[in-house]
Amino acid sequence: MDFISILSIFVLACFVGYFVVWSVTPALHTPLMSVTNAISSVIVVGALIAGATAGSDSSKWLGLVAVALASVNIFGGFAVTQRMLAMYKKKDRQG
Amino acid sequence: MHTDVIVAIPAWVLLAYLVSGVCFILALRGLSSPESSRRGNRMGMIGMAIAVGTTLITHYPGVTEPGRCAYPNSGACAYPAVDYATLGLIAAAIAIGGGIGLVTARKIQMTAMPQLVAAFHSLVGMAAVLVGAAAYLNPEAFAIGVRITPIASPSFVSIFPVSRIEMGLGVAIGAITFSGSVIAFLKLNGNMSGKPILLPLRHVINLGTLAAILGLIAYFTQDQSPWVFATVTALSFLIGFLLIIPIGGADMPVVISMLNSYSGWAAAAMGFTLHNSAMIITGALVGSSGAILSYIMCRAMNRSFISVIAGGFGGDAVAGGAAAAIDRPYKRGSAEDAAFLMSQADQVIIVPGYGMAVSQAQHALREMGDILKKEGVRVKYAIHPVAGRMPGHMNVLLAEANVPYDEVFELEDINSEFAQTDVAFVIGANDVTNPAAKTDKSSPIYGMPVLDVEKARTVLFVKRSMGGVGYAGVDNELFYRDNTMMLLADAKKMVEEIVKALG
Repeated sequence: MDFISILSIFVLACFVGYFVVWSVTPALHTPLMSVTNAISSVIVVGALIAGATAGSDSSKWLGLVAVALASVNIFGGFAVTQRMLAMYKKKDRQG
Repeated sequence: MHTDVIVAIPAWVLLAYLVSGVCFILALRGLSSPESSRRGNRMGMIGMAIAVGTTLITHYPGVTEPGRCAYPNSGACAYPAVDYATLGLIAAAIAIGGGIGLVTARKIQMTAMPQLVAAFHSLVGMAAVLVGAAAYLNPEAFAIGVRITPIASPSFVSIFPVSRIEMGLGVAIGAITFSGSVIAFLKLNGNMSGKPILLPLRHVINLGTLAAILGLIAYFTQDQSPWVFATVTALSFLIGFLLIIPIGGADMPVVISMLNSYSGWAAAAMGFTLHNSAMIITGALVGSSGAILSYIMCRAMNRSFISVIAGGFGGDAVAGGAAAAIDRPYKRGSAEDAAFLMSQADQVIIVPGYGMAVSQAQHALREMGDILKKEGVRVKYAIHPVAGRMPGHMNVLLAEANVPYDEVFELEDINSEFAQTDVAFVIGANDVTNPAAKTDKSSPIYGMPVLDVEKARTVLFVKRSMGGVGYAGVDNELFYRDNTMMLLADAKKMVEEIVKALG
């Protein structure tokens, strides 16, 4: 991909983000932070490439450490978001 | 001179990363209502699985000649044998990290959510730094450089100038996110005082450091020596630290949102370096999400983003009235008085704040609400956007205590109701109820949108003691009003006593 296509994706995604985030209800702002945290760990893609590619041992080990750090975030972030979201309940009809 | 040609990325790979990016958009979209939010979270997990799966398929560790084959199914070494030792290491890294993450997510107390999020931000930042360093050390793995073989000297890889800028920015933002989040974590977790630490000449130091970082990144395009890369990284760690230490506890909701935003921009910058659309889309989403949350928090405090970043708020002890405060008369009530007033009311609005979180009073509070509802009292909750230490903090705590979310209202939706309310029950909140924000032009919180609790017939104000002032360091005129009754005790104890008196 050339730089301009990447930049286009980026700029459009910023606009998508802007509109999507304004539609998030304020009651869910904490889960919003924890889930954005989990998805920003997509940086694990870079860590996996570094960890899997031969050619430089130091690069490989840096990659592996990054994989571990990002995994904490991915699993922890999604799990804690799920735990929080499970707590949001409506009023009992009979109550 | 050029020996390697950049390999084209197969179309299905590009599509898979795009799908993953779309899943992340849907994950955030789901948060527009609690009903759709759980599905949204699952979309996020699916998106992550697609991104990780795709990467493992295209970049599985192969037994191959070093430094070749950015994509195994292209060119000379299509489908090399799997290097199981490395694959095992990757699996181990995921298992260790994932295990720690899952255990933490299960055990963490909901009141500690701000610290947890700060800690998670620091990990994203650090991961970005490590990936940047790995890309710097092995640019061929990421297809961001060209191997040059001069005649008389050993060959080396020259990183593309654009990639050097992207890499430099990614590492810098990642490092700032890391050290800033560590400080935020320490402040939120109570390992470090929430008081702002103000260095002399800090604005000069900060701006100078920032300029040095940007200058070095520009220089990096001319000279890819390790010292340039290392200095950019080190200075960025330093500036992250310097940026957060002067910011006080009350501004933490802004700080934590801002760091959220930074972690997104770090991921986006790495996405530019790696030409990966999933990372770019995600980075842009997270970056704008954090930026919007920072904006919402600043607006709720009537402060400019610049003044929050400049720091120092909550440090300068007191404005005006505090000295007089000690002698001013106020009405003090008991748990029995509070129980009586509330059981006679038609409507009670509960206003929780950070103090409720500190004393873990949310469960007792819900119990109190349940009893009142049984006696025919309408119970509602009013939440100020900056109540607590992070956006939405109070909502999560109330949800944890099984308070139905349709009884919980935001400032603008409920503020007009206080005038028709018998009792406003303020627990652990202070500045967000201070009428001075509406009337006293000299008050540091003047102009901040506040909950109009004083319009209720009676205000019950739960507070540990009369001595302390809110985080903004201002006295609250509400305490001395005729229709205010102070309930001086630990929040949780007081609520439990009220429950007893009601029962």
